[in-house]
Amino acid sequence: MHALTTPTEQDRLLLRLEIEDFLYREADLLDERRFDEWLELLTDDIRYWMPMRRNVPYGEQDREYTVERLDMSWFDEGKTTLTQRVLQMKTGSHWCEEPFSRISHLISNVRLLDVEPSEVRVSSRFIVHKNRLEDEDHVFIGRRIDTLRRVDASWKIARREILLDQNVLLAKNLTAFF
Amino acid sequence: MIADADSIGTLVDKERGLVSREIFLSEEIYQQELEQIFARAWLFVGHESQIPNPGDFVLSRMGDEPVIVVRDRNRRVHVFLNSCRHRGNRVCRYDQGNTSVFTCTFHGWTYDLEGKLTALPFHDGGYNDLDKPAWGLWEARSELFEGSIWGCWDESAPDFREYLGGTELYLSALLRSIDGTPGGAEVLGGVQKWRIPCNWKVPSPDTDRTHGWITHKSVDAVNIAPSGQGRRDRSDRGQSYTVNFPEGHTMSMTLPREDAQPYRGSWASTPIVGEYLDHAYQERKKKMGALASTQCAPGIFPNAGSQGGQPWVIRIMHPQGPTTTEIWSYFLIDRDAPREVKEIIRDYYGRYAGPGGMTQQDDMENWHWSTAASKGTISRRLPYNYQLFVDEQPLHGPSNFGLPGLFCSITSDENHRRYYQRWAEFMAAKSWDELRVHEHVK
Ligand code: FES
Ligand SMILES: [Fe+2]
Repeated sequence: MHALTTPTEQDRLLLRLEIEDFLYREADLLDERRFDEWLELLTDDIRYWMPMRRNVPYGEQDREYTVERLDMSWFDEGKTTLTQRVLQMKTGSHWCEEPFSRISHLISNVRLLDVEPSEVRVSSRFIVHKNRLEDEDHVFIGRRIDTLRRVDASWKIARREILLDQNVLLAKNLTAFF
Repeated sequence: MIADADSIGTLVDKERGLVSREIFLSEEIYQQELEQIFARAWLFVGHESQIPNPGDFVLSRMGDEPVIVVRDRNRRVHVFLNSCRHRGNRVCRYDQGNTSVFTCTFHGWTYDLEGKLTALPFHDGGYNDLDKPAWGLWEARSELFEGSIWGCWDESAPDFREYLGGTELYLSALLRSIDGTPGGAEVLGGVQKWRIPCNWKVPSPDTDRTHGWITHKSVDAVNIAPSGQGRRDRSDRGQSYTVNFPEGHTMSMTLPREDAQPYRGSWASTPIVGEYLDHAYQERKKKMGALASTQCAPGIFPNAGSQGGQPWVIRIMHPQGPTTTEIWSYFLIDRDAPREVKEIIRDYYGRYAGPGGMTQQDDMENWHWSTAASKGTISRRLPYNYQLFVDEQPLHGPSNFGLPGLFCSITSDENHRRYYQRWAEFMAAKSWDELRVHEHVK
């Protein structure tokens, strides 16, 4: 009998399962509206960025995304603003989330891109389904590239890039966390 | 049927401040608007900072139609319909870029930056004497105004400055950099574009100063303003008014005050921005005098809105059907501001405005449901109410303040009444002759 995987590959596989588990748990916190617990998963220096996407000619793909910290984006912010969003959600008068929408995050295609001792960069796909009041329904599909950092034996999100597969946003607003 | 000249009058009752819900819902009225309003009016299509160099282009819209805004070799700006003269295909499929020609991907008709048809396949032989000059890209009239670019399809429309009437002064003030340099603003990269299920007129008239206290109650509570208090800083200025113009333009304005220090205390948590703005404001006073401290952000009839300062934005409500609007938000900033200042200001725009903005998210919710809840058989029979201060006599700017415009109380609905009256005039008019404003309030 020889081992199917070398120890490093096995480690990597276990690490990916651990990261997947983290991402699924995070999704559940959001969908269960446990926003304060979700905030605890973010490092204080988190960057949360969702660029807009342009239609550009072949060969000019470097212009596809709006530039972080320079251009306008759909989101380009840190923990202070994310915390304000959570506070706003809990006022009971944030009308676009009052009553709360029913939101599901489906996370898949999880792949580790870079592995460092205390940080991993992980790519995944999302389907965020939002259903609201009686029959309002929106689907957001795209990719996330996260940097997770190990802080005191647990993972935290230090950076999240959200690449939504839309040019003109086809929804009236963006009230979900991605 | 609904929208002939006589019946239009029954949809908008300016004297009583009543507007029929039909004009926000009816497909038939919508189709007539495209003809009567969007094919006639001056429409905002972009800003020169988006296309600084020869060959630069950016896609835009006029009404429900796509247009290309391009700068030619001689630096002249053109606005072309993005539709091939051959059989209609779009000739440009990129949001922005630089090019020397537009080549249609269907059969290869090729147009230069002045819109001229320069090459077409099988030209020798088949077409005999095709009159090439007559088959160039369809071009709109266009005018530049202190960096902003406007287009109009109607040859008989007045020139843009006449169209603006008394708002010229205020639009100019909006487009200056904070230090008062004419045209000193630039558009930040990334125009936000998104669709809302409401009629394009709902967000168009400026100002609705009666909605914020409840629509934006939640964001007031979490203090996103630059100073850390509320959603926006209270301006250190004088008395505020709604101001409207016979051309249908609408805005709110705070009167100038000699000792105003509008940036003191704002941006308290980021002194670098506070100092920058304070210094720029002193310069602005030298260049603009009393007008320096007025905060004004005109809405230009029919579908251009704006906001000055916090945040600083031009917002276009593109019609996409009777109950679908595509908003395009262009965020403005001082072209020459230091990068760090730009970044901090931009952060605020992002958390305030647009579909992800903590303030405007709730506007969208209310605009959507005002439309959805008005659609029913019984509901659509009931008029909307625009009766606040319906009996108030507007103060004429020139006589009272030395500034143009018809001034009413800040919570008056007069801007809406004026806007819908102008809407009705456009809908009923057979030509621009009937629309010309003979007494501008300048
Ligand atoms: S449609 Fe453009 S070349 Fe035929
Ligand atoms: Fe609002």
